[in-house]
Amino acid sequence: MNRFDYTRPASVAEAVQAGTGEQVRYLAGGTNLIDLMKENVDQPTTVIDINRLPLNAIEELDGGGLRLGALVPNSDTAWDARVEQRYPLLSSAILAGASPQLRNAATNGGNLNQRTRCYYFYDVATPCNKRKPGSGCGAIGGVNRIHAILGASDQCIATHPSDMCVALAVLDAIVQVTGPEGDRAIPIADYHRLPGDEPWRDNTLRPGELVTGIDLPAEDFTKNYTYLKLRDRLSYAFALVSIAVAMRIEGSTIAEARVALGGVAHKPWRSTEAEKLLKGQQPSPQTFSAFADALLAGAVGQCKNDFKIPLARKGIVRALKQAAEATPQSQTDKRIA
Amino acid sequence: MATAAKIGIGSAINRVDGVEKVTGSARYAGEHPVENLLYGYIVEAAIAKGRVLSVDEDAARAVPGVVEVITHLNRPHVAWTDHSYQDEMKIPGSPFRPLYDDRIQFSQQPIALVLAETFEAARYAASLIEIAYETEAHNTDFDVALDEKYVPKKKRSGYVPPKDRGDAAQAFADAPLKVAGDYRLAPEHHNPMEMFGSTVEWHGDGSITVWDKTQGSQGVHAYLASVFGFSKKKLRVLNPYVGGAFGSGLRPQHQVFLAVLAAKMLERSVRVTMTRQQMFSHAYRPQAVQSIALGADRTGKLTAIRNAATTSTSRYEDNMENVVTWGLMNYDCPNADAEYTVAQIDTPTSADMRAPGAATGMTLFEIAIDEMAYAAKVDPLEFRLINYSPIDAMNGTPYTSKALREAFREGAEAFKWSERSAEPRSMREGSELIGWGCATGMWDAQFSKTSASAKLTANGHLEVACATSDIGTGSYTVMTLVAADTLGLPPEQITAKLGDSDLPTAPVEGGSWGAASSGAAVQLACQAVGKKLLKAAGKIAGEPLGGAKIEDVLFEDGCIVLKDTPTVRVPFGDAMRAADLTEIEEEATAAPGFGDMWKGLHKSKNTHSAIFAEVRVDEELGVVRVTRIVDAVAAGRIINPKTARSQILGGVVMGIGMALHEETFSDHRLGRWMNHNFGEYHVPVHADIHDIQVIFVDEPDPEVTPLGVKGLGEIGIVGTAAAIANAIYHATGKRVRSLPITIDKILE
Repeated sequence: MNRFDYTRPASVAEAVQAGTGEQVRYLAGGTNLIDLMKENVDQPTTVIDINRLPLNAIEELDGGGLRLGALVPNSDTAWDARVEQRYPLLSSAILAGASPQLRNAATNGGNLNQRTRCYYFYDVATPCNKRKPGSGCGAIGGVNRIHAILGASDQCIATHPSDMCVALAVLDAIVQVTGPEGDRAIPIADYHRLPGDEPWRDNTLRPGELVTGIDLPAEDFTKNYTYLKLRDRLSYAFALVSIAVAMRIEGSTIAEARVALGGVAHKPWRSTEAEKLLKGQQPSPQTFSAFADALLAGAVGQCKNDFKIPLARKGIVRALKQAAEATPQSQTDKRIA
Repeated sequence: MATAAKIGIGSAINRVDGVEKVTGSARYAGEHPVENLLYGYIVEAAIAKGRVLSVDEDAARAVPGVVEVITHLNRPHVAWTDHSYQDEMKIPGSPFRPLYDDRIQFSQQPIALVLAETFEAARYAASLIEIAYETEAHNTDFDVALDEKYVPKKKRSGYVPPKDRGDAAQAFADAPLKVAGDYRLAPEHHNPMEMFGSTVEWHGDGSITVWDKTQGSQGVHAYLASVFGFSKKKLRVLNPYVGGAFGSGLRPQHQVFLAVLAAKMLERSVRVTMTRQQMFSHAYRPQAVQSIALGADRTGKLTAIRNAATTSTSRYEDNMENVVTWGLMNYDCPNADAEYTVAQIDTPTSADMRAPGAATGMTLFEIAIDEMAYAAKVDPLEFRLINYSPIDAMNGTPYTSKALREAFREGAEAFKWSERSAEPRSMREGSELIGWGCATGMWDAQFSKTSASAKLTANGHLEVACATSDIGTGSYTVMTLVAADTLGLPPEQITAKLGDSDLPTAPVEGGSWGAASSGAAVQLACQAVGKKLLKAAGKIAGEPLGGAKIEDVLFEDGCIVLKDTPTVRVPFGDAMRAADLTEIEEEATAAPGFGDMWKGLHKSKNTHSAIFAEVRVDEELGVVRVTRIVDAVAAGRIINPKTARSQILGGVVMGIGMALHEETFSDHRLGRWMNHNFGEYHVPVHADIHDIQVIFVDEPDPEVTPLGVKGLGEIGIVGTAAAIANAIYHATGKRVRSLPITIDKILE
């Protein structure tokens, strides 16, 4: 770990003032940043400890939504009674991730900003365009079992590892940020980005910007929802494929359905265009399959991860069934509902 | 007089070092407090093969707190012959020598050590070192290496060449029922919880004390003395607590070499610990492919066994394991042949990992046996009984004992195997297919020459000591129970000492020989103390024991008791005072062949197990849950049923990992393991573990070892993955011949 300056500002304004500069990092739970620093993947010159900033509350929004403070631990968010009752999909997705110890330390803002788990990104002896622009992508043609099947570029095939963000994508969350140029509200769909020619940029934050909270619009996806995570062991592993579904069924037809995938792309993967295939339809395996094909249109395997495409297809159909039948996946009983 | 129930061999007691471990007062190698310590951080090679052209250390040396950077260019003199580097568990070839010259033999090879006043300064400085390489063509792809597989000329100690019988080729050709295929095991890394680490205390008088993570303090002692030219008395190696090792600590790892090298060069105390990522820079279980061909008649009687295997080794040592012998030993079949070869890849030398050879070769063989049972339309358990061999079928020798039949019976009963429906895909519940599978496990019952001492003081306290190790296996508790049993003292009055090169000689702990060997030595030493006690009692006025001989007395509650007249009791303290003794200290050596062991001289000595597994597999998605395991173990006498059960549970959990999770992925272009961290190298977690039942089958065996103990360290893993693989087939109808069975292989 390199030597760095450490500051602990007392206010958001102070933090943002200190937050400008190339190698400046905000430190929250530290469950990812500290690891990256230990392995010299990230070498900040300044670390701004934001843990004492007043961003640690979950608050009601006008219109019935909730604002999740950036510094609220993932655990507290998942187990918050309001979140559990009004956004059970979010609770479920958070509890599908990491371990209790990590969820206790990790924060909501940090979860958004966690880096990929690509093997090459973590190993400074190997090429990685995300870590070292221009050095090449080791994962292409290499060990890429856990890599992207959608939205990748010839520069980078990394995935975003979050579970929480997959649920946020479905819930149309708004990320509240503040920075040198003031406050901004970024729809979750625009927050993370695809690698393209700039794989080192995970998201659309501007230099010095700090996430202050996540707004959840008022929605009623409390009955027909699920978060189904498929992975290489039954807990404490990143998703090979995960599927978040929120659905509203009126009578016997799907009035609205939203689906996002985790573990398959550089950001939670969602297609509002494909979702139109579900709207107004009766829940059925055929409808679900047609949707899965549409959502996975353009999916490309990288050899070792080819299996993710059929796995995702089956997973999507299953998750839609779980949601339609109001039998959401339990995160404690590992039997697939 | 009312006496408490005697605690001794067979008593289920808590681990005597449990409190120290759970409260953190047990110090591990990298934790021992030493003043004025320097911290070393290892710089690893980024390439798999080639040479170091230059090392730019300037930026590293400029980091505040950095004291030295050691490379092959500035290291102090070390031994230069292969012979000097050969450790207790040496493998034929040319042992790896850290920082010896500019040659790079594998990726992650240590090529420099940065020493600094803090660990973080050393680690950061290490990242600033720029190394220029000359690369050479490498190969880490085992499948490519198979083209040049070979039989090593010089065999590794302990290697058992397979013995053919009958004409297996012809018998296979003639067999009405056949199974043939290639079965595979991925490379695995040991990954004990405790990382490798060494703390070297520099005393300033030319002597050093080394706390090392190792399975054998005396093995490391001999290695360091040989490599660095220490006189044996100037060197002491300690490993009182070891946080697991699974075989990775059988040979001295490079951090102990580097720590001692630095201490010697800088004349300071030094600590070198590996990170989790660096735990992938040395030992691993070899990758394996096993070509198995089985022939049977229509009744399910085996007629042919052909068993050929290749495992991976390095370019510089020929690591050999006993992979192909197990199937030939265990099954009654008139025709059998086998072949074993190794193939070189540019990695560190592969190493023994829990049940080396058997965990690979017996497990894969047991998958093939299951296939044969289905081909013969015989219940897999029945198939094993039809082909049961009461003798070692490869060597034609009887076993000292083999209660595998009883293990099958008790295990099947506990599992309710009789309720199994025979057809694959015939059991289901909701969206899950249910499968039941079974397998046989097998390991050697080994014994190794070991010494121990016992010291009784007049206040009734007994200290037993032996240089063996406790790598989480329960050695402290075993020694305590054997001593309690022999001298009739409560465990609270006994202290067991181990993990110190100054103690009576013991081999490296491995191969499941620890309890049998150190237990026998402790018993002998305690018996010698008993004899001295009896002699001392003879000095008591009036000779209350009336000249009784050792066979006339027993030791109970701290007293010598006449067997015939149990009311005659002489407290140990009375006897010692009468003879004017403040303490009695005896040392004894247990060597193979004493006691009833001579009768077993020409017999085969093995542990066996019957493993039953239930899996539930989501039919659409291929997600596997191992919901039930019953492991019935025939391992002779059980010293402590509680820690013994833990041993088996650990082995079974590791077997679940072998079946479903563990695999180290190599990028063959880079010649480098890529998932070298605990996030991406998967071992089972709590959610993967359900009901595991351990049964110890009664198996008295006075011939196998002096205490009748066969050892338990390995047997829990052998065959477990096969039982699971076989259950997955039963559930899904999909036969996967390659471990681990990940979701993609089931969906394929």
